[in-house]
Amino acid sequence: MLNGSAEADGRKDGSMRKVFKGPTEALAGLLRDDMMIMCGGFGLCGIPDELIDAVQASGVKGLTIVSNNAGIDGVGLGKLLETRQVAKMISSYVGENKEFARQYLGGELEIEFNPQGTLAERIRAGGAGIPAFFTKTGFGTKVAEGKETRQFDGEDYVMERGLFADIALVHAHTGDTEGNLRYRMTARNFNPMMATAAKVTIAQVENLVQPGEIDPDTIHTPGIFVKRIIAVNTGEKRIEQRTTRKRNDATPAAAAGGGTH
Amino acid sequence: MAWTREQMAARAAKELEDGFYVNLGIGIPTLVSNYIPEGMSVQLQSENGMLGMGPFPYEGEEDPDLINAGKQTITALPTTSYFSSSDSFGMIRGGHINLSILGAMQVAQNGDLANWMIPGKMVKGMGGAMDLVAGVKRVVVVMEHVAKNKDGTESAKLLKECDLPLTGTHVVDLVITDLGVFTIDKKGDGGMTLIELADGVSEEDIRAKTEGDYTVALK
Repeated sequence: MLNGSAEADGRKDGSMRKVFKGPTEALAGLLRDDMMIMCGGFGLCGIPDELIDAVQASGVKGLTIVSNNAGIDGVGLGKLLETRQVAKMISSYVGENKEFARQYLGGELEIEFNPQGTLAERIRAGGAGIPAFFTKTGFGTKVAEGKETRQFDGEDYVMERGLFADIALVHAHTGDTEGNLRYRMTARNFNPMMATAAKVTIAQVENLVQPGEIDPDTIHTPGIFVKRIIAVNTGEKRIEQRTTRKRNDATPAAAAGGGTH
Repeated sequence: MAWTREQMAARAAKELEDGFYVNLGIGIPTLVSNYIPEGMSVQLQSENGMLGMGPFPYEGEEDPDLINAGKQTITALPTTSYFSSSDSFGMIRGGHINLSILGAMQVAQNGDLANWMIPGKMVKGMGGAMDLVAGVKRVVVVMEHVAKNKDGTESAKLLKECDLPLTGTHVVDLVITDLGVFTIDKKGDGGMTLIELADGVSEEDIRAKTEGDYTVALK
């Protein structure tokens, strides 16, 4: 489809060769069984939900999905799990997802747990042409089993491999027709690295603008990494853990802590 | 008698210093943010990609694009910066974060830590814990002194050796429990030292509930 006519696959004209009409058109010709797909987002924040829906609708199966988390039941990657399209997840934390737990405990779904920073760096390295790197993370633990280790300056390190996928699906706040992207707040997360680490990256953006409308100094992902782009309705974004304080709360720093996943 | 969760968090907050960049784990460590001394500048890091975490938003002001590593809605501060998860773990792995405060299932007298999986139970993953303990300069564990089992018995959590799968080896500097505080010489052979007792707790109480070896040097 990459060489098809612009009209046939929904692209608008020659100056907008990266722009597609919708998620189905943007994925046309790219999907096949048993492929590896990178999927941006952290929890439900910054996930390419419309592109995931289109993957589900296509019916491809046996997928290896690289994503920090696995969505929740019925949302995000939770949808692909419901339809049994995923064979393997490469993730750091799979959270609260009953369907995921059922398939995993039943041996239907394989999971490769990566420490979150190792996962992020494997993707960054893959996109930057670095086949492997050494990290202190996980030395002496299950994560290091079967992997090469080495000492540098008296410290022990584990060798980890770069990751490069068939396609990457990312979500950005703003994108231009050249594929330049800007993310918003913590919806950035894994999206910038994933955009670099696949043969074809498809971006869904909340605001699709003309070249020049994004200040070049503020572009997070240069357009070279993005082959296809679509505009999506923002609709109502989902919140996984809604936490608030009362207006008369006198303890401003209250419980703004973090987590390990 | 022993320390409450709040008292443990308040004790952990004494490890903070002006200008520190700090990562707080889920549970009691999160409460430490309530005890940052007035006038002290401490920036909280959230490993999904944010430095300078603010409090929870007022009702109606939640933003789905602004969450912490526990996926909770939060707010920004004038000091806030956002970045990718790879930059975030570059900060962590690269030793730029001063202090990590996190929970644990087991800690060994040599500083080994286990806090991510129990064989035979559903494993959810290690998230960023392995990166944090490997990369952050100083690692403080805040946990209950013993684990309470379903049959009503108790199991020691401060051990000679962890029997659960490890999160990191030789990584823990300080352990704060409801009964007291221990230092660990994680890179040397100084072992574990009891340095403080919680209110109303005796050395004998600690000895009865601690499997690992330690010396006593109460402050």
